[in-house]
Amino acid sequence: MDIRYYIFLSLALFVIGIIGVLTRRNAIIVFMCIELMLNAVNLLLVAFSKMHHLAAGAANPTAGSEAQLFVFFIMVVAAAEVSVGLAIIVMLYRNTHSVDINFLNRLKH
Amino acid sequence: MGITQILFWILAAASLLSALMVVISKSPVYSVIWLIVTFFTISAHYVLLNAQFLAVVNIIVYAGAIMVLFLFVIMLMNLNKETEPQKNRWLKLIGAVAGGCLLVVMVAALRDTDSRMAQLGSGNIGLIQNLGAVLFKEYVVPFEISSILFLSAMVGAVVIGKKEDSKVVDIAGDEAKRRVAEARESMGV
Repeated sequence: MDIRYYIFLSLALFVIGIIGVLTRRNAIIVFMCIELMLNAVNLLLVAFSKMHHLAAGAANPTAGSEAQLFVFFIMVVAAAEVSVGLAIIVMLYRNTHSVDINFLNRLKH
Repeated sequence: MGITQILFWILAAASLLSALMVVISKSPVYSVIWLIVTFFTISAHYVLLNAQFLAVVNIIVYAGAIMVLFLFVIMLMNLNKETEPQKNRWLKLIGAVAGGCLLVVMVAALRDTDSRMAQLGSGNIGLIQNLGAVLFKEYVVPFEISSILFLSAMVGAVVIGKKEDSKVVDIAGDEAKRRVAEARESMGV
């Protein structure tokens, strides 16, 4: 499969995530769109790893496994990030009784 | 056009559609469910690329753990109705246009790149046998450091999510005093 199709697919998923972050006001949905962007990057990394593996050929049979381990570590960090982020959202809801991120502008006062 | 190509296009259409539904859905619960569908299609992409370990980890970690956490938080806040105020549709339009401009610019920049092939359905670097050996031989230090990251994230989540300290201490103190008083009363002291 041509790598450009994977690039365009990941780009489309990433842009959908960006549009969600820019247009939605619900903090939980903004957070989910960030997860979507992370997954688009993961998909592209795996596709690049398989491209690298095919290019290296029989000379290096484990070429490209670093990229897949990188995806694994991105998933680890994403899990830690989600736990802290959801705790922050719960805290925000407890203080303002809403998850509208427009209320966060009072942080500047 | 082989079967893998047809599968790729079907999966690409499914993931794009479900990702769009995440953004479009009004209710947060529907957004979570569409995001789970997106993660399953991305896992199917991993299987198509013969990265089975990442496909399984993606399903377990994302669809199994993270999305359940999201659902718990939404249920906890009782947000399963349309609570989002619909205001300022110009901002939404500008956000969509900005994202579309980014997509157009990136596609135009990457359209003329070299055509390289990604290996579909063969090659065993994505299997646990290879990845486990690389992970525990060359990347064992980052692996152990990530456990410290998890520990700090856990402590951080508990500290952030906890109620105010003074209230907790007061309630606990009152409860203890009440119990001591009850115990004394029952003993007739």
